[in-house]
Amino acid sequence: MTQMKIQPNKFNQGSEPEKEAPDPRQDSALSAEHVTIRYGNTVAVDDVGLAFAANQITAIIGPSGCGKSTFLRAFNRMNDFIPSASLEGAIRFQGIDIYDPAVDPVEVRLRIGMVFQKPNPFPKTIYKNVAWGPQINGFKGDLDELVENSLRSAAIWDEVKDRLHKSALGLSGGQQQRLCIARTLAMQSEVILMDEPCSALDPLSTGRVEDLMLELKQNHTFVIVTHNMQQASRASDYTAFMEAGKLVEFDHTEKMFQNPSNQRTEDYVSGRFG
Amino acid sequence: MNILAQKKSRWLEGGIHGFLFFCAFLSILTTVTIVVSLVWESIPFFFEVAPLDFLLGTTWQPLIVPREYGVLPLVVGTLQIVVGSALVAIPIGVCCAIYLSEYASPRMRKIVKPTLEVLAGIPTIVYGYFALTAITPVLKSIYSGTETYNAASASIVVGIMILPMIASLCDDALRAVPGSLRQGAMALGATRFEALTRVIFPAALSGITASFVLAFSRAVGETMAVSIAAGATPSMSFLPTESIQTMTAFIVQVSMGDTPRGTPEYHAIFAVGMLLFLITLGINMVAHRVLRKYREVYE
Repeated sequence: MTQMKIQPNKFNQGSEPEKEAPDPRQDSALSAEHVTIRYGNTVAVDDVGLAFAANQITAIIGPSGCGKSTFLRAFNRMNDFIPSASLEGAIRFQGIDIYDPAVDPVEVRLRIGMVFQKPNPFPKTIYKNVAWGPQINGFKGDLDELVENSLRSAAIWDEVKDRLHKSALGLSGGQQQRLCIARTLAMQSEVILMDEPCSALDPLSTGRVEDLMLELKQNHTFVIVTHNMQQASRASDYTAFMEAGKLVEFDHTEKMFQNPSNQRTEDYVSGRFG
Repeated sequence: MNILAQKKSRWLEGGIHGFLFFCAFLSILTTVTIVVSLVWESIPFFFEVAPLDFLLGTTWQPLIVPREYGVLPLVVGTLQIVVGSALVAIPIGVCCAIYLSEYASPRMRKIVKPTLEVLAGIPTIVYGYFALTAITPVLKSIYSGTETYNAASASIVVGIMILPMIASLCDDALRAVPGSLRQGAMALGATRFEALTRVIFPAALSGITASFVLAFSRAVGETMAVSIAAGATPSMSFLPTESIQTMTAFIVQVSMGDTPRGTPEYHAIFAVGMLLFLITLGINMVAHRVLRKYREVYE
């Protein structure tokens, strides 16, 4: 991947986090401390502390309505657009609390990208979908190359290289979702949040997205919210289980699925409820 | 006995079907009748005046001898109102819609939207006298050469009249853009304004254009306010400070006077009416096409 900085890396003035022997509790790209999120008076996320290891894939699982999507959206301040939502606690990205009033939320979203549940390509051409983010953020460089690299990284280049200037809405759902991933990759974000990215996709496309994450984790940190427990066990390094707004258990994925410490986790991963 | 063989008579079903068909048919019948009467009454006019003289003539003087029936001054007057009112209504209406859909708090929306609708519900004759008694004096104080009856005042007031339509339809078009596109843009580090101008507005553009076209056709057809504020002087001068006459204002002038039935000037109102009908029909067909395209923009 080409090395380029879209924005001066103002969060990253300290030392680079170490890449070896990742233990999420120490070597984290992103962490939540005592995070409570409310919609009006309703508590959606209740005092959750969690750290995501750099260059690893962390899955967040849990039954519907457990607050996992709300929690994920807090990491790039997407909850800002819900007027009733409020957050307590701190979310640290490379040591800086992204909810500090001095931090620009736009800058946060440049560094922490997001892929949504439903593919949401812009009603523009495939090329423009990928080029859009870098362009509005003042990217100076070879845009064609950036678009090609991003589409290649998202494993969709071969399918779209002959129709780059056709509408993105002509693509299939799985292709659209990979295009949205390419769009996020073009921003060179360190962290990519994925909010049930495969729930609208068929198993084949789902497999491709999972392979993609495994390939791209060399350069990115992934956090994925998923309903699909097989997906969590196949594609993630760490798994967090949430229920009713609380974090129940967080550990290596293998342990979570084979030998969880908590009875609720065991019931959930073995399909006894949820 | 086989249950499938017991066919019940559902006379009520049939009755409802018939009634609904009648209602639908009635609206078509009305349109056809209007067109037929327009054509029928304007045929005698075209025996007196050659169609080309009517369409291309530059003097409109149907009530005084020597009579002249060149419709262009009326078309120019109408065009002045349409362009002038668009200049007033489009920028304000679009900005208002953007504010409502993107920036206003739900509470603010609850105040502004009904206010706009009140604006749309004021009778046009009230607007006419508002132009005459409030807008024209202001224009006169700015430029003393402004006539009492003038195109600018009428344009401004028609602009105010079509403003709610533009604001409301543009607001609908902007709000119809899926929230997922807005979020997608924001997640790529766009500011609110960038998301608006570079994703949401382009996605809503055909709906916005359609609102303009509908507003144009309303401005073309506007009668009362224009008759009162712009006077009754057919003119080719394009000067907004002078009195003009639009097609609709002419129709009002003749139908309120004592023009005898059957004379060419009587038939002239139907000829002008038909031209007006064709113009608005053309505009509406364009609007319809644009709207159809608008439905296909995002699935």
